[in-house]
Amino acid sequence: MTGLLARARRIFGGDMVGPIVALIAVIVVFGTASPRFLSAATFGSVAFQLPELGLLTLAMLLPILTGGLNLAVTFTANIAGLVAAWVLQANGGVDAGPLAFMLGVALALGAGALSGTVMGLVIAYTRAHPILVSLSMMIFLRGVGEFATRGGDTSGFPAFVRPLGHGSVLGLPVPLLVFILCVGLWHLLLSRTKLGFNTYMVGSNIEAAHYSGVNTRKVLVLVYTLSGLMCAVAGIIMMARFNSVRVGHGEAYLLITVLACFLGGVNPFGGFGRAIPVFVALIVLQLLSSGLNLLGANQHLATAVWGMLLVLVMVLRWFAGQFAIFVARKE
Amino acid sequence: MRRLLQTQATEMALLAVIALICVFLSLATDRFFTLVNAFDLLNISAVNIIFAVGLLVVLIAGGIDISFAVAASVVQYVTALILAQIGGGGWISGLLIAGSVGVLLGAFNAFLIHTFRIISIVVTIATFNIYFGLLMFFTRGVSIYDLPAWWTDRVILFEREMADGSWAEIRLPVLVMVLCVFATWFLIRHTSTGRQLYAFGDNPEGARRFGINIGAMQYIAFGWVGLMAGIGGLIQAHYAQEVVPNALYGRELEVLAAVVLGGARLGGGRGSVLGCVLGVLLISIIGNGLNLMGVSPYAFRMIIGAIILAAITLSNSSIEKLLPFMRTEGRKS
Repeated sequence: MTGLLARARRIFGGDMVGPIVALIAVIVVFGTASPRFLSAATFGSVAFQLPELGLLTLAMLLPILTGGLNLAVTFTANIAGLVAAWVLQANGGVDAGPLAFMLGVALALGAGALSGTVMGLVIAYTRAHPILVSLSMMIFLRGVGEFATRGGDTSGFPAFVRPLGHGSVLGLPVPLLVFILCVGLWHLLLSRTKLGFNTYMVGSNIEAAHYSGVNTRKVLVLVYTLSGLMCAVAGIIMMARFNSVRVGHGEAYLLITVLACFLGGVNPFGGFGRAIPVFVALIVLQLLSSGLNLLGANQHLATAVWGMLLVLVMVLRWFAGQFAIFVARKE
Repeated sequence: MRRLLQTQATEMALLAVIALICVFLSLATDRFFTLVNAFDLLNISAVNIIFAVGLLVVLIAGGIDISFAVAASVVQYVTALILAQIGGGGWISGLLIAGSVGVLLGAFNAFLIHTFRIISIVVTIATFNIYFGLLMFFTRGVSIYDLPAWWTDRVILFEREMADGSWAEIRLPVLVMVLCVFATWFLIRHTSTGRQLYAFGDNPEGARRFGINIGAMQYIAFGWVGLMAGIGGLIQAHYAQEVVPNALYGRELEVLAAVVLGGARLGGGRGSVLGCVLGVLLISIIGNGLNLMGVSPYAFRMIIGAIILAAITLSNSSIEKLLPFMRTEGRKS
């Protein structure tokens, strides 16, 4: 048993154990509780719900790895979606051509990146706490969105936008493919690039990283810019899925994204954590909510269970730590 | 004066900004600089200040609490249900029930944080979801309007008719706010527990080796924010005259921004009651001023967000460079 665990640890990394155990537990519990759980319908609903939360979680992941937080993720996504929607509307709404859509997507990505860059610059150059900077950016962006839309919906997009939210390729929903692509990108970024390495360095010890010759300011600005870009991707996917943009869409996801990162074994102080375990943790969360739905509970109960799951995982981690100390003492 | 600037730079800067804004608003609108408006500001800010001083204690002790606003909603609901059971009650029983439920919810956070050594942001984000999810699940989002009369009746402590026939009133929430602010100030400034909270927030390991009971610190800090959440929840329901389960959702981040604006440091060991109150007041005054100047309410958040962003950018860089004498040994951060 311990040999098997050690092998699993070697293959997947230590931070994978928690999410995988949770995944198996969820599948076993709900699989026995409801015969309808292990069906294509469940996995279809998970596949459709996963991307929105998932993309926002990826946007949250990079800042957490540097020891910060980006509380503006949901509203950055809304603003990016709004920018894309405006470009489409300015070019004929339902009759807008693909060129207008491309322009809208480009500007949306630009808007997301801009919001991230501003936050990154403030955090890097003033050393203000990221929670405060991103919090004020969140209040500001929410205000911009409310001011521009008066709290209403923006809708009426050309027909070819719809497949981006609802279509599927080879049986896999397009949003899911986009999401998996982004997870892959983030994984490569973190494990294979200089920026990824420096992100971990900054998160572990920003002073030491600075004295080792890492341009910590550049790293922070880039990290928040990338986070903003990922928010914009989430915003565009949300626009295509709901066929409308409203400021406040996905607002409830904000703290769930942080929860998913912690569940995926990311260190709250930064410096440690990977994209793949977070991906597994996201699947666990969605399976939990789908399973509870099948048993007749609603999303609110699922939210409460998500919170309990996080507490449970942290408590088990503590027991594992105590056990390791106990074993070390005996030897 | 110089000493005051050195030791309380954030508070003085905030006071200066508030004074500037007040002068500007007094000149720009004729309704800002009136007793009616000043009292209105106090009545409106009371609940946020109660939450803010509670959160301040946790921030000083080096933690963070995301869950207090939804905990306050839970307190409102539970208090309303218990009061209905015991047949009405009064302010004393209401405060006792709300306070103890609040302390209980806060102590649960402290229990998880201290017993299992989980950091506070993880715990409180989890309990935020647990409290809110369970509250919405059990209440099905239904509001309670049928509250006991004592709870919803306006209590006016001081009133004066102005020359133009409008009434300047100070209502009960302001009195409760003053008591909470005073109690918090006394706790953190004039008791040894308060000094221990600062020491613990600044350096937990150092405090532990110094013989401070760190478990007690966590329970006191989170119990205090729970108590304030309970009282604040009771007062918010009094002010709104109804209990809506998601009325306080999202309030935690607003209050957090105001408290940190007031000089409390995320990471512990720094912060003052004065700064915290000024932080909340600054945001209320800006909102009130924009309102009086006839700015569209849709633009409020945008402007407030931009002001906070500008304020933290300036307060973390320029002020020290602009005023070089402040960079003396007195400032260790």
